[in-house]
Amino acid sequence: MDSELHELSAGYALDALESEERDAFERHLSGCAQCQEDVASFWEVAGALAVVADGSSPSPELRNRILADARAETQTVVSLDSRRRVFPVLAAVSAAAAAVVIGLGIYATSLNRDLDSTRSALTAQENAAAVLADPTATSVALQSGNGRLVVAGGGSAVLVLDNLPAAPTGKTYQAWIVDDQTPISAGTFEATDDRAIVPIPQAVPAGAVVAVTVEEAGGSISPTLPPLAASEPV
Amino acid sequence: MRKHLAHLSDEALVALVARGDDSALAELYDRVGRAAYGLAFRVLRDDRLAEDAVQDAFLAVWRTAAAFRAERAKASTWILTLVHRRAVDVVRREERRRVEPLDDATRDAATSESAEDAAWLGFERERVQDALRKLPDGQREAIELAYYGGYSQSELAERLGQPLGTIKSRMFAGLARLRELLDDGAEEGSWTPNYTS
Repeated sequence: MDSELHELSAGYALDALESEERDAFERHLSGCAQCQEDVASFWEVAGALAVVADGSSPSPELRNRILADARAETQTVVSLDSRRRVFPVLAAVSAAAAAVVIGLGIYATSLNRDLDSTRSALTAQENAAAVLADPTATSVALQSGNGRLVVAGGGSAVLVLDNLPAAPTGKTYQAWIVDDQTPISAGTFEATDDRAIVPIPQAVPAGAVVAVTVEEAGGSISPTLPPLAASEPV
Repeated sequence: MRKHLAHLSDEALVALVARGDDSALAELYDRVGRAAYGLAFRVLRDDRLAEDAVQDAFLAVWRTAAAFRAERAKASTWILTLVHRRAVDVVRREERRRVEPLDDATRDAATSESAEDAAWLGFERERVQDALRKLPDGQREAIELAYYGGYSQSELAERLGQPLGTIKSRMFAGLARLRELLDDGAEEGSWTPNYTS
């Protein structure tokens, strides 16, 4: 089994794993020094393939758009302060693990909650801020419940729920991505101040619905119906 | 105005970006943007989508630069990884069916690069193509279709009529071999063009 997982380092570095396998491999990766090394070196190989990919150039406006967007964001969302607060937490993680995490960037599809829950929470917050601030993000209405689902490029999504009371004692809220297949858990969360901002850790595919259920504390492997809130299809 | 940045490494630029220095982001874009776009375009085959992928990736750099660790990855590799993942997400999400890998001949579009850049790129392209050619056909095919075409391993298994396990093994063996071949090349000092020969 381990050697099978090990072999996935190549597919992982080339972004060629299906999401389920990618999640499984990321869990393995956080504890496997050999795979971390392989992924890092395979990324370098991929970088060489990238450099020779194509001879065409982007339009000159692209540079201006990137800089304009970056400047606009500095003032509004990701303040220096919030970045500094994140920094020491990240530094506490081993360099190798951090290198893996940064490689995933904000497109990480699963935050490894086992590795360091604090770091995950902060990363999730940053990701949520990024999605909410994305000018190209779209807002999807809820078919039940109060709030909206904000979806940015690549299916990065944040569920914003209003008027949500704290879950009953011994219970928790759990988010789900419901495609035409088995619902996938998007993690448990709590409501504070009658509001919940829930970063969805996986990409939400087109046509899928994000739903919320009430589950026993610790979460469930399948949703207990009916859902408390559900979005329109993305 | 950005002359003072020219001598800095890519990794040092990322550190400046983490402190909110937008001129460092501009310098990074000037160094890596073209390769990033070339990669995105190769995967997406659409200039607007390719530019969007590059834009998203550079904004991700802007937002998450503080988390970057230079010990294990080059900054340019990190950026290209972000671009690739984004491009593949889009290609799969939009169900854009990908065509065959480009011929070598169609790849050399006219560009505004300097003669020096062109020489380096030409050399580097030759080096990587050489290494790719040394791979067994099945390994090369799996790597090219996955990386440039955005196909997942299971899509490849179906498309090529091979067991999934075979595709996984080929991809791993091929990348490991490619890593060896490219390392050998680098040790011979062939990373920079030799104008005298």
